[in-house]
Amino acid sequence: MMISALDILVQGVLLGGLYGLFAAGLSLIFGVMRLVNLAHGDLIVLAAFAILVLVNWLGLPLPLAFVVAALAMFAVGYALQYLVLNRTIGRDILPPLLLTFGLSIFIQNGLLEAFTADSRRLTAGDFETASIALGGGLAVGLVPLATLLTAVAVIVALNQIFYRTAMGRAFRAVSDDPVTAQLMGIDNRKLFALAMGIAMVVATIAALFLGVRANFDPSIGPARLIFAFEAVIIGGLGSLWGTLAGGIVLGVAQTVGASISPEWQLLAGHLAFLAVLLVKPRGFFPRAVD
Amino acid sequence: MPLLETRDLSAFYGDFQALFGVSMALDAGDTVAVIGANGAGKSTLLKTICGLVPAAPDAILLDGRPIGGKRAADIMQLGIAMTPEGRKLFPSLSVEENLLIGGDRRKGSGYWCLSTIYRLFPVLAERRTAPATALSGGQQQMVAIGRALMSNPKLLLCDEISLGLAPVVIKDIYAALPAIREQGTSVVIVEQDIVQALAVANKVYCLQEGRVTLQGAPAELSREAIHEAYFGH
Repeated sequence: MMISALDILVQGVLLGGLYGLFAAGLSLIFGVMRLVNLAHGDLIVLAAFAILVLVNWLGLPLPLAFVVAALAMFAVGYALQYLVLNRTIGRDILPPLLLTFGLSIFIQNGLLEAFTADSRRLTAGDFETASIALGGGLAVGLVPLATLLTAVAVIVALNQIFYRTAMGRAFRAVSDDPVTAQLMGIDNRKLFALAMGIAMVVATIAALFLGVRANFDPSIGPARLIFAFEAVIIGGLGSLWGTLAGGIVLGVAQTVGASISPEWQLLAGHLAFLAVLLVKPRGFFPRAVD
Repeated sequence: MPLLETRDLSAFYGDFQALFGVSMALDAGDTVAVIGANGAGKSTLLKTICGLVPAAPDAILLDGRPIGGKRAADIMQLGIAMTPEGRKLFPSLSVEENLLIGGDRRKGSGYWCLSTIYRLFPVLAERRTAPATALSGGQQQMVAIGRALMSNPKLLLCDEISLGLAPVVIKDIYAALPAIREQGTSVVIVEQDIVQALAVANKVYCLQEGRVTLQGAPAELSREAIHEAYFGH
């Protein structure tokens, strides 16, 4: 009994790493430009298909396919922000919401047209099923473990960018006060595009682990978006570590729910989200003031 | 050729016209005071010069080249730095980061860098790691001025740098102006506090309801003339 409770907890924490990865890009974008990207989940799925195409059609090995896809998604994010989303950012929060909502539908149907509704998977050979025994009958899969460690590494890297570089200074300044930031010579349009590019690299990392761990098809984006949203809100707006913590809370709740009954998995996650909102409406580690 | 010139400059907030044909000129090395009552258009003038309020291209010339209507970020990189009204420091950034960000996009090739700014305002060196908004009003104003200097601008625009500060603190802030001028930066000061502004300026423009009502060297202007230009009839 003890072991199985511990096992559930460990598996939940590891699952939380995946949700943290889903949410990190969303959190970054909201933190820098107060933009809620409703197409974030679909962009992750798009990145997963990009890796799939590079592996299956061009025959690239998975790591190389990931790197190429990450660079391509950076370009997609940069162009999307610079050419389209920047035109909608302003005092009114509705235009970017409507636009990313439309983009979400566009990506889903585009992928459906190109790849049909079949479930796909990225294959990583033996790595997929390998596990490490922790003793006492407890074992963790290498892929889930790598997911969590990658999530931690991504948050560390993003924090380094935010707090140790001139680019990060500019991100925080624009987030504080976009008008005064222009007086510092900062071109908000380019900076926002850069932030979206970075968020899409993180989305590609999320896509890699999504595709190796489970099946995906063009329709699963919105559900990933919900998980990402819940992780960001549970963690508190504006805190990247909070976002990872939020992902872990969600992952543990879902795993506990699934251990009770499979249909309880998603419900338990949403209930945990609502419970956190009741107790701490601004999440665990809110940084954003508004 | 003047460093900065405005020619028949008009500015609007939507349908509301805030500046009516303002023409002024500033030579390298000048310290120009722009005075006027509340709502006279002083701040609008600075915002128009630094690109936050739109203007016709030929209405503002820097080194003889039209810069009116360019983006604020581009104008800053041409060498015009602004300390905005209310200081507008970045609350998520420390004192030192607030200074650094002023020079991230344009270093210029000049005297001003972190160490020279800490020499100008030693108290900032002690508080370098504090969040900028944890400082007193006067210290925050020093950060705002230092932040603008970090780009070694040709022209520094100061919008109401004495606003809300105690007289003794205002004196400290204004004491920094000679050092700034010495390093070759020209200065435009917008003030409601006429005495302070006239004491440091070699040229004054008085605005009233968006128009220049008086201009000249402070020594040549009588108190009566200033009073009339300031308040009208």
